[in-house]
Amino acid sequence: MKALWDNIWTRRLISSLAAMAILAVVTGPPGSNLTPLAGFTGSFAERVSFFGLFKGQRWMVFFVFALVMFAIWWTWVSYGEQIKGALSKTLAAPQAATRRRPVRWGIAIVLIVVAALLPHVVTDPFWQAAMVEQIGVFVLLALGLNVVVGFAGLLDLGFVAFYAVGAYATAWVTGALPLPFLFGGRLDTFWAIPFALALVMLAGILLGTPTLRLRGDYLAIVTLGFGEIVTIFLNNLNGITGGAAGSGKIPYFSLNVGVVKYHWGLGPVPYYYLTLGFVVLFLIVFSLLEHSRVGRAWTAIREDEVAAESVGINPLKYKVMAFAIGAASAGFAGVMTAGQSLYIFPATFTLQLSINILVLVIFGGMGSIMGVLIGAIVIQTASMYLIHTPPAGYQPADLYIYLGALLVVMMIFRPAGLVPSRRRRREIGLAESGEGHMNEVLTGDTP
Amino acid sequence: MSDLIFNVDHITLRFGGVVSLNDVTLHQNRGEILAVIGPNGAGKTSLFNSLTGVYQPQEGSITFTGKDAKPLSVIGKKPHRVSNAGVARTFQASRMFSALTTFENIKIGAESHRGIGVVGAMLRSPATRRDERDSDERTKALLDFVGLRAKANVISSSLSYGDRRRLEIARGLATGPQVLLLDEPAAGTNPSEKLELTTLIRKVRDEMGVSILLIEHDMKLVMSLAERLYVLNFGSVIAQGTPEEIRANDKVIEAYLGSTATETGDRS
Repeated sequence: MKALWDNIWTRRLISSLAAMAILAVVTGPPGSNLTPLAGFTGSFAERVSFFGLFKGQRWMVFFVFALVMFAIWWTWVSYGEQIKGALSKTLAAPQAATRRRPVRWGIAIVLIVVAALLPHVVTDPFWQAAMVEQIGVFVLLALGLNVVVGFAGLLDLGFVAFYAVGAYATAWVTGALPLPFLFGGRLDTFWAIPFALALVMLAGILLGTPTLRLRGDYLAIVTLGFGEIVTIFLNNLNGITGGAAGSGKIPYFSLNVGVVKYHWGLGPVPYYYLTLGFVVLFLIVFSLLEHSRVGRAWTAIREDEVAAESVGINPLKYKVMAFAIGAASAGFAGVMTAGQSLYIFPATFTLQLSINILVLVIFGGMGSIMGVLIGAIVIQTASMYLIHTPPAGYQPADLYIYLGALLVVMMIFRPAGLVPSRRRRREIGLAESGEGHMNEVLTGDTP
Repeated sequence: MSDLIFNVDHITLRFGGVVSLNDVTLHQNRGEILAVIGPNGAGKTSLFNSLTGVYQPQEGSITFTGKDAKPLSVIGKKPHRVSNAGVARTFQASRMFSALTTFENIKIGAESHRGIGVVGAMLRSPATRRDERDSDERTKALLDFVGLRAKANVISSSLSYGDRRRLEIARGLATGPQVLLLDEPAAGTNPSEKLELTTLIRKVRDEMGVSILLIEHDMKLVMSLAERLYVLNFGSVIAQGTPEEIRANDKVIEAYLGSTATETGDRS
């Protein structure tokens, strides 16, 4: 018996079974006051059909899952190094090819063309709307947060504040708020874009200048507070924002310059192209920034602020700039939301949304533009799929449990994200080997 | 009145009740190689941090005079302001941007003194591209100067200790300084690297006209390199003079060389 327990594979098999037992309970039916154990027993005894393949009780399904997990585990431990070696060997040539500039441009153009044709392929109205509201908007938000968290290394837990400012700025400019726009006039929603961007960047500077003097955990807590402050303001300033009931009707986007007249109506496809245009714009601008002096200064501050200051980089200035630039992208996401969904409410801009955006960035790979783009698309598409065609046993409230589990798995196997940035991957490698010097004190007399 | 680059006038630095620097007065002439020695905890690194704006001494004044700029009162200025005025430094436990390559490390130093130019960077304007080329050229020249050309694309954390020192020196020089502050440049290097470093430091002064202020434990290196020395003990200056004078100073022998010379010699 002891010998059996001493065998690591026995313990791993038990771990797999335990993990799946927990998952079975988590995904199982809810209990109630009268029958508190129903959730527990039902999790194992309820009859289910597994994608129509076979019918049985839940525990059978999860038992099979546990065996599959154990098999994967075993394969990975036994042959992982060989698989990795073979993979990196076969991927070496394509990877080298993608580093060449013409190839990169080619891929980018193909991707843009595919993205442009997408609404003609995906004609389901649910998905067309989701591509704008849930995927496009979240890509913009994630790209913006990536500048703050990924490039400048500032953990911002109140990023949703900028999204809210963008949306409310749109409502204000178009005359949908109780507070009238300048001189009582109003603008088309399209012309709200520059106003909203300016206001959001201003908000970034105003929120950033006092908070960015703090470092690390302190900054995270203060930004969390600022995010809440903005939401509470929106909720309580009845005379300005319309309070909890939200804004008045915001008109659809419309462009009216001389002979060019275009009106974005009810359907999502025109909004999709507008969002796509701005996503491409932000992608280009942000990747130019990353490889510029500004991007290098951000990296320097992220890696060692003391050393960065010693070579003449003003950390506060660059951090505030990261805040403002990241906010611009979130602000545009706010404009899109406001201009498309017509009404906005403070209840949309919750802390959970901030964390959701952060999850996209961490999943995709902090500091990697391509990673964040892919991460946001993958996670948002998956969540939308779960809403559109929920599989048996899935309850909407469980979404964040799955996202949390996904993040835990990511942190174990791919801590730098799905498509990691080269610099970040090195940093994580260094920190793990104990070479990082984040916590070293200034005195220099430390070993 | 000679041409002073650093004029440190009776500074006192306290952390709560602990006096780290006590009434320290120090002068450095332009073009001089000056060394500050003293046992561990004597306040040498605190002095460096005060000179570069990291610490703010409560009393006294520090005046830095660049080549043709007007004198800068260092106390109360942020480190990046002091750096922009022409003070570069290295750190005792070398602080590189360790996930970046040697080349990128130095380039960050070379371009940090230009304006931010965020709009130019976003649009990749011709001016930005010109600046990039300038910085690249300067970086390459400095790589040659310190002898790291062959390791330009190596990740800096995989460099040897000696190379890290060179990298830090090059990064400091990239900012175009008037004076270079070296915090124990020879710590953790082997004898041949030490010799090369001595040559390099002298070359920095002779060829680039940058004054050198260094903290060092290795007495052989200090005595062969420095033209003048200050000796700190418990936060106070106990002696100053040429290497010969310091060697003969009884106070110094008692406080430093006599009691701990062998030990500190081993440490480096």
